[in-house]
Amino acid sequence: MVTTRTTPEVGGMGHSPRRKEDPRFIQGKGNYIEDIKLPGMLWMDIVRSPYAHARIVSIDASKALAIPGVLAVITGKDLEKYGLHWMPTLMSDTQMVLPTDTVKYQAQEVCAVIATERYIAADAIQAVEVEYEELPVVVDPFKAMEPGATLVRPDKGKDTNHIWHWEVGDPDATDAILKASDLVVKQDVYIPRIHVASIETCGCVASFDKVEGKLTVWMTTQAPHAIRTVLALVAGHVGLSEERIRVISPDIGGGFGGKVPVYPGYVIAIAASVLIGKPVKWIEDRMENLQADSFARDYHTTAELGVNRDGTLTALRVKTLADHGYADSAANPSKFPAGLYHICTGSYDLKGAHVEVDGVYTNKPPGGVAYRCSFRVTEAVHTIERMVDIAAHEIGMDPAALRMKNFIEEDQFPYKSVLGWEYDSGNYHAALRKAMDIIGYEDLRKEQLEKRAKGELMGIGISSFTEIVGAGPSRDFDILGIKMFDSAEIRVHPTGKAIARFGTKSQGQGHETTYAQIVAEELGIPMSQVQVEEGDTDTAPYGLGTYASRSTPTAGAAAAMAARKIRDKARKIAAYLLEADEEDLEWEPGKFSVRGNPDAVKTIQEIAFAAYTNHPQGMEAGLEATHYYDPPNLTYPFGSYICVVDIDKGTGQVTIRRFVAIDDCGNIINPKIVEGQVHGGLTMGLAPSLYEEISYDEAGNCLGGSFVDYLVPTAVESPHWETGHTITPSPHHPIGAKGVGESPTVGAPPAIANAVVDALWHLGVRHIDIPMTPARVWKVLRDHGVEG
Amino acid sequence: MSLREIHLTVNGEARTATVENRLLLVHCIRENLGLTGTHVGCETSHCGACTIHVEGTPVKSCTMFAVQADGKSITTVEGLAGPDGISPVQEGFWEEHGLQCGFCTPGMMMTATALVRVEEEPSEAEIREAISGNLCRCTGYVNIVRAIQFAHRKIHSPAPVPVMAHEGGE
Repeated sequence: MVTTRTTPEVGGMGHSPRRKEDPRFIQGKGNYIEDIKLPGMLWMDIVRSPYAHARIVSIDASKALAIPGVLAVITGKDLEKYGLHWMPTLMSDTQMVLPTDTVKYQAQEVCAVIATERYIAADAIQAVEVEYEELPVVVDPFKAMEPGATLVRPDKGKDTNHIWHWEVGDPDATDAILKASDLVVKQDVYIPRIHVASIETCGCVASFDKVEGKLTVWMTTQAPHAIRTVLALVAGHVGLSEERIRVISPDIGGGFGGKVPVYPGYVIAIAASVLIGKPVKWIEDRMENLQADSFARDYHTTAELGVNRDGTLTALRVKTLADHGYADSAANPSKFPAGLYHICTGSYDLKGAHVEVDGVYTNKPPGGVAYRCSFRVTEAVHTIERMVDIAAHEIGMDPAALRMKNFIEEDQFPYKSVLGWEYDSGNYHAALRKAMDIIGYEDLRKEQLEKRAKGELMGIGISSFTEIVGAGPSRDFDILGIKMFDSAEIRVHPTGKAIARFGTKSQGQGHETTYAQIVAEELGIPMSQVQVEEGDTDTAPYGLGTYASRSTPTAGAAAAMAARKIRDKARKIAAYLLEADEEDLEWEPGKFSVRGNPDAVKTIQEIAFAAYTNHPQGMEAGLEATHYYDPPNLTYPFGSYICVVDIDKGTGQVTIRRFVAIDDCGNIINPKIVEGQVHGGLTMGLAPSLYEEISYDEAGNCLGGSFVDYLVPTAVESPHWETGHTITPSPHHPIGAKGVGESPTVGAPPAIANAVVDALWHLGVRHIDIPMTPARVWKVLRDHGVEG
Repeated sequence: MSLREIHLTVNGEARTATVENRLLLVHCIRENLGLTGTHVGCETSHCGACTIHVEGTPVKSCTMFAVQADGKSITTVEGLAGPDGISPVQEGFWEEHGLQCGFCTPGMMMTATALVRVEEEPSEAEIREAISGNLCRCTGYVNIVRAIQFAHRKIHSPAPVPVMAHEGGE
């Protein structure tokens, strides 16, 4: 039950006011990257490689340059003169801005055209003649690891495509526990490449003012401040120092992690603007977006889970090959190469675990960005939740009962996992029980038996996930050395209204509303009177941006802490105005009163006015505060999802009949927004479970490079999600919140996959990799003797 | 490059534009007419972000050339609100949290605006079918369905619209 401490007019935590940002969006007045138009602005378009691996023999731009309106064709050789042809990735690997000799994946940038108009630029990229010499291609990461495999990155000076090896946990102890277990279930699980495919593609407008020497870049970025620093580090040697770079992230049409990296297009547009001295606009088209931007997932895993006959889970061993394409460009600001993957012991009290991950290069686009999840958490949760289900089926125990038996108990929190995480709070039994009650679990199991007797295929799948979000504590998290705090700056105006600025950047999450609600909760100023701004590095305090469900855990906490600093000062002013001791004042949202004298009251509005007109002598005027919040721990949202599927024996089509999602994200700021986040996240969990995959043929051709074959779910494929929640506050977060945007993306796939396998287990099916397309399920049915 | 002058009615106003024959209608709307509420998500008619009305019928404006709209009346998201304020569809999207990032929203609302004209309230399945040409990556569609139901009731039911309970919102 969500409780409130403020009136609906104030609109603090627990209220669901209409969103403050919506009036502009519903009236076509949003300001997205493509809406930015500057005088004299030029257009950039990019020539891309048709081959996955090739040497560039020559680039002949003469025909393109002959087209009226074409101003320049920029190649890697041009950028090389300025040392800008390579750039670092967020994982301190390197990737090309433009190639000087070879291309490493299909759709890689080869050169860029600058023209006066969009259509002229599009004509010109067709007129650039590039001669290639094809080179051997390695697509399969296992083949890439074989001795003598084609080297993807000879520039690394190593005779292998192996990037890194990372492991965590005690291998010997884990092995001993597994050997002592009644049974060890073993399974290969592949989590395929997918793409966030936000409806707005990526782009930028770079505008270099030659007179001022100042660069302003409007760009689709989830992390404008970090980008500014990266630009200063990358281009400092050509005169772009950080005080002369302004990054503005305008309204963003969906991010989901895909707008965290620095893509070559941004850098080329910036370089072009600096060289030409005019604004340059670059907007990806959809196929460029799907084929060339960084990808998520691509984890090939072998997992072993020990289980005793009584249902006790014992230990987990995981070995994973991580396909990073031609560069490790993981958007992963942790010190762990595989991100938070070692959350893979999940919601269970395992006594041993050992995880090994090896990164490998292949001739594919850079891999390792998020898909609405924190740094490999989806991969981890899918693995453990699939393994737990397999274990339950193997020993003939109900999957819900097995989970209940092995959950970390409520009184074990804070819980130290065997792989080193400290889970802040949880009540896993309550969430699963609630989901089972809502969906009618016992009745569904009876129905399933009846259906099975009639030869019909129905399955019930559970996922009881533990998320790990809110990156992160500075001891473990940084981007190129910058710690992962986030910030809030609040200024209360003389009339008692306020402006609040943040280092994060909403891409649809509703920060203008929820941050205002946090300020309203802490200061009692109505949320309608709190203006929220983000995304402009010239005005907002420094922060690391929005991804990894970190906005509420970090900047949301900063908002509360900054507001409390303001309240501390307001108390001093109130004491002065009321001629009372500070200790005798009592706070309730919006006012201080003198204990025992309820008529002696000063509202926050009166105090704000006094802060500028009648403040105590010796005190600084004004009422404002800034806070940089370095979280003491991550937060651990959790939930239990139950999915019911029916499978068509004739076509292999999986239909989701019902899906109940119980989420626990701690204290809730805005219930309606949380519900909306869960709906959207569930749909992005459904997508890779049944539909989406980016695969490649042996020549490295991208299969899935347009919306014709990359199947983003429509309203017809998406079920009517049924949602609910339990509330277990985070003990270390100032407002007890945990973050929610990614939980459903993480939690949904194994619920769906487990339901499909549950429907087919009696036929001898143990596992099916996602996406469980009709064709894939149809083949499994036929292989197991099921006829339509 | 051949240029042509076209005349069209845009949100009730007579407008003229000089365009290349090959110019897509969506680019004409955004660049020549300066109405940036209509968005481009794919240019290949899959995502529906560019949906407008041509003579009252929803059309993905990346599937038409601007010259094909010569002499026609078009409505964009900027034309949804009337003298009395925002339309029932716009109100429904705001009230029911039917949008998040807002990028698909204009196109989605144009499709919805045509749908809610029909007097009989469409079923949830019919609404889902009707908006299946418009991709949304943020909302999971549940609240878009609610927004359209809200708008339909507002237009066609004389009784005040009941505030709908939210499952996650107690």
